[in-house]
Amino acid sequence: MAPRFEGVDFYDIGSLLSEEERAVRQTVRDWIEERLLPVINDCYVEGHFPTELIPEMARLGFFGANLPEEYGCAGLNNVAYGLIMQELERGDSGVRSFASVQGGLVMYPIFQFGSAEQKTHWLPRLASGELIGCFGLTEPDYGSNPGGMITTAKETKDGWVLNGAKMWITNGSTADIAIVWAKTGAIDDPTSIRGFVVPTDAPGFTAKDQKGKLSLRASDTSELVLVDVKVGRDALLPKSGGVKSPLMCLTQARYGIAWGAVGAAMACYHEAVSYGKQRVMFNKPIASFQLQQARLAQMLTEITKGQLLCLQLGRLKDKGTMTPQQVSLAKRNNVDMACEVAREARRLLGANGILVEYSAMRHMANLESVYTYEGTHDMHTLILGEEITGISAFE
Amino acid sequence: MKIAVCIKRVPDTEARVKVAGDGVSIDEAGVKFILNPYDEYALEEALQRKEQAGAGEVVVVTLGPEAAQETIRTALAMGADRGVLLKCDAIPADGLAVAKALAGELKDGGYDLVLFGKLAVDDANHAVGPMVAELLGLPCVTAVVKLELEGGTGTAERETEGGVEVVDFAQPAVLTCEKGLNTPRYPALKGIMAAKKKPIEAKPVAFEAGRYAVQSLSLPPDRKEGRIVGEGLGAVSELVRLLRTEAKVI
Repeated sequence: MAPRFEGVDFYDIGSLLSEEERAVRQTVRDWIEERLLPVINDCYVEGHFPTELIPEMARLGFFGANLPEEYGCAGLNNVAYGLIMQELERGDSGVRSFASVQGGLVMYPIFQFGSAEQKTHWLPRLASGELIGCFGLTEPDYGSNPGGMITTAKETKDGWVLNGAKMWITNGSTADIAIVWAKTGAIDDPTSIRGFVVPTDAPGFTAKDQKGKLSLRASDTSELVLVDVKVGRDALLPKSGGVKSPLMCLTQARYGIAWGAVGAAMACYHEAVSYGKQRVMFNKPIASFQLQQARLAQMLTEITKGQLLCLQLGRLKDKGTMTPQQVSLAKRNNVDMACEVAREARRLLGANGILVEYSAMRHMANLESVYTYEGTHDMHTLILGEEITGISAFE
Repeated sequence: MKIAVCIKRVPDTEARVKVAGDGVSIDEAGVKFILNPYDEYALEEALQRKEQAGAGEVVVVTLGPEAAQETIRTALAMGADRGVLLKCDAIPADGLAVAKALAGELKDGGYDLVLFGKLAVDDANHAVGPMVAELLGLPCVTAVVKLELEGGTGTAERETEGGVEVVDFAQPAVLTCEKGLNTPRYPALKGIMAAKKKPIEAKPVAFEAGRYAVQSLSLPPDRKEGRIVGEGLGAVSELVRLLRTEAKVI
């Protein structure tokens, strides 16, 4: 058993944080240690989200924490928001995903594209955890290319009728509302994409758990099917328009993922250091062997670089100058880094590293999803390639 | 219901402390400081009492250096209404000097209850709470694990060696709080933001010459390495013999 986690901070990055930012980090860190870690292994093995913790997460303000106080949110800056994601994912990527979806992909689009009535109606209920949301963008045949989606919304005299299917939807089967993206015009016209707030109990709406996941097992992932789902006019997010709108949401979530990945890597590093010092082989702790020291040195180096990337990215976001491409760089680097750290930690732990009582393999398996979702590693490579050369490799 | 909670900034219980060059204090470099864990029970109790009453004020009072403001803000983030910092360069080792400064601050405050943690985890003296009660001429109940208040009186349970003692007391009173009294809340994110706007009053304090001084500080000796007595059933009798004669634990 590793000692209590006190953070990884080789470069005194804590001194670059404000007192409130550190206090926010401490609350989430303690909560993860005391409330999530005791139950996460069973959740992971049994394949369910720790739903009983949702009210506490809401009460502590984990949902939409960077949105304004007038909507029942904490009104934190983006660095503090990032630190929440880091600490949540130190616990488990599935738990961070839950908060990312609720805040970055459900509350953010309502805040950004919603009417005043929609904001006052939905945001406080989502912040308090009274309602859970999910985000329906990806389709079975349209993942990296969301502009090609075939879900449609047809306008009727008193609202809209939606038809289509969405896949890989986090929180899909637990959600009370879904933010569904659909084409309101021609099927080859991505500029006609609009967002809708769809109650999941609407007739014609079904959500089915996706079975057989070997990653993010403590998170619900579902397929949504919409057959002639009728919603009122007030379901449309009036300021949404074109594929750019859902991509703006993804920028929010990817920002949180860049931070979250650092948390998962920290958990693995922390466990590897502790295990390496305790585990004796050839009459000495395995941490005394150069091969293991090289592993640990590499982990610490990469984590430190990832922390600094996130912090500066957060400061840019708070200043209002952050670009989606900068987010791509951080998401791409940090998730890849975390995948490597988790794998090396698992290897350092030897045979014990495959057991659920150690966290490395759980993080390692989770991070494969994180590597793939919210823009695959490869897509972020191409986004950066386009940014550098001015030439898109995918469009 | 007006409640004062006296809190202390202490090194994190997980911190690996080092003795400073002067031999009588700890080296604070790189040490994280926290709100004394027993004080969290006191604060939680105060917050719950105020919430149940639907009105009142919870004031946190601490004595310490400027950095203790951060400890006050932790308490404000948990829900206290305002803070008072009795500012000094270093907290005197003499608990009575601390108690006199606190009592001076508390005496005209009109508090119904003054709550402390049963001890501060840095010096583990258990002293300041009862001393403050004495200086204020108030009843004192220490190491409270259960509390009931009614009108101007109260009933508290104390855990004593091997049993429970139930005591009645009149308010106002000074109580020191023990683990088990409640489950302290986490500072919520909204609370952390709200704490920035709550008032903290800083007042310099001076002390009389101390009659009590720390002579030296030292860390406990390193624990001796374990020893494997043998393997399998054959080793059991030797293990039992050593547990009896050498370790003397059975």
